[in-house]
Amino acid sequence: MAQSDWGLRQQWVKSCHDWIGPPDKHSNLRPVHFHVPEDESAAEQKLRELRQETQEWNQQFWANQNVTFRKEKEEFIHSRLKAKGLGLRTESGQKATLNAEEMADFYKEFLSKNFQKHMHYNRDWYKRNFAITFFMGRVALERVWNKLRPKQKTSS
Amino acid sequence: MAKKICVTYSDHLEDPPRELDMEAAWNASKQWVTFQHFTFLKRMYVTQLNRSLRQQIKPKSEPVASPFLEKSSSSQAKTEVYEMKPFAPSTLSLPRKPNETELIELESASIIEGSVDVGKETKDEKQWKEMKLHVDDLPGILARLSKIKLTALVVSTTSAGFALAPGPFDLSCFLLTSVGTGLASCAANSINQFFEVPFDSNMNRTKNRPLVRGQISPLLAVTFAACCAVPGVALLTWGVNPLTGALGLFNIFLYTCCYTPLKRVSIANTWVGAVVGAIPPVMGWTAATGSLDAGAFLLGGILYSWQFPHFNALSWGLREDYSRGGYCMMSVTHPAPALGVTTWTFPVIALPINLYISYLGFRFYRDADRKSSRKLFFCSLWHLPLLLLLMLTCKRRGADRDSGEPQS
Repeated sequence: MAQSDWGLRQQWVKSCHDWIGPPDKHSNLRPVHFHVPEDESAAEQKLRELRQETQEWNQQFWANQNVTFRKEKEEFIHSRLKAKGLGLRTESGQKATLNAEEMADFYKEFLSKNFQKHMHYNRDWYKRNFAITFFMGRVALERVWNKLRPKQKTSS
Repeated sequence: MAKKICVTYSDHLEDPPRELDMEAAWNASKQWVTFQHFTFLKRMYVTQLNRSLRQQIKPKSEPVASPFLEKSSSSQAKTEVYEMKPFAPSTLSLPRKPNETELIELESASIIEGSVDVGKETKDEKQWKEMKLHVDDLPGILARLSKIKLTALVVSTTSAGFALAPGPFDLSCFLLTSVGTGLASCAANSINQFFEVPFDSNMNRTKNRPLVRGQISPLLAVTFAACCAVPGVALLTWGVNPLTGALGLFNIFLYTCCYTPLKRVSIANTWVGAVVGAIPPVMGWTAATGSLDAGAFLLGGILYSWQFPHFNALSWGLREDYSRGGYCMMSVTHPAPALGVTTWTFPVIALPINLYISYLGFRFYRDADRKSSRKLFFCSLWHLPLLLLLMLTCKRRGADRDSGEPQS
């Protein structure tokens, strides 16, 4: 089914589930459109907001990370080629590249430069992931409980 | 003569004329068209329904900018010509059941798996999908969540450990051990994927995992893991022996709570990971004998050593993804000089294997009985293929370096 903007929003309105999209071109993360049910409870709302906020936070981190990586990689390649006295293009007109050994220096440097940043991100990600899953469990139990309760009322 | 099919549409989209596309797809199936933009669209694809392959036409999907992202250019007519390709059903084969001789391929299958799935997923890539779990899809999703091929490899090393251990072969014990270990491995792999969602999204090898694609919720993944871990460890503890159960539980902990987080902190993760890989055969041994003796440690030692060339060969090709994703791997932090690695690692790693078979040879010479001959025989079955594998993984790294890797 072709997905125009309008068609997609129509589908969202009719559906009672979340929708997940294609990977973002900068962050590679898939955005989720969260469905807001009419009878959303406080716990469900809290969960949804946490997931929304985490999604934005993740998006920002990874988009920034990947864009920076690509930029620094290009700069590294340019500077090394310059140092070697080579142009940016080979004779056949293709983009000049460095070999694996030379690129290894860049990868190593990038990893160590961003180490602290990754540590903070890891810690926050684990916390958020646990929190989201915990709240999901709570919401699921709440739903089960609500389904059982009206039956008790009618029987008693 | 190749026909060019042009479709124009504006950014604020209306549905393009679908009938034209459908007809064009069938009539011009043999004609190639060029395309100007990066978009690549498949007209037809084979879908898998109830495990049978059926060909369906689906109207082409449009490359739609996510409603969340800023529209970079306001209503601008774009001319796009679409490329059509016949879709080969063979790219959608079901995962093969691994057998003993394909041990080598199973781990690298995870690399290949990524590229096979890409064929299927390229069409899905552009689509928004409803996050609704279909029961039909669940077995496939859970198989990928639990890394079923890797689990099968782990269970086969456990079986090998069981078979190599001294004493009569007890079939029921063997089966309980295999099932218990398999369940424990499924649990550990699921938790690993649960922890690694954003990192997996950013690496080519792992970007088609179920949690990344939203096919399953994190809650369900954790529940599944618990439903595997509890019966798995219980089966090992009470169905086999407590020692094996304890090793299984310890290995789950080691993999999920030590190795997985450590991957992003220090290169020590490789050593921890090697222990994780070495424990299953030891579990097979303890299941058969009920105790940890020299044989168990030697067997564990062999697999521990094997993990290094195996892993280093795998990680060599992934350095860019590891660096960008923030993984601390030796292939990134300690890129070895050109010729050094291939020459010295092989004899070092082969040494424990050669020591073990020498030890068994000596025992056989000394005892000259059925028991020692059986042990020596089984070891010799392993010894040569293992050495060949080691040589192969060491050689591959050298070859990669010599030819120079193409840079993306």
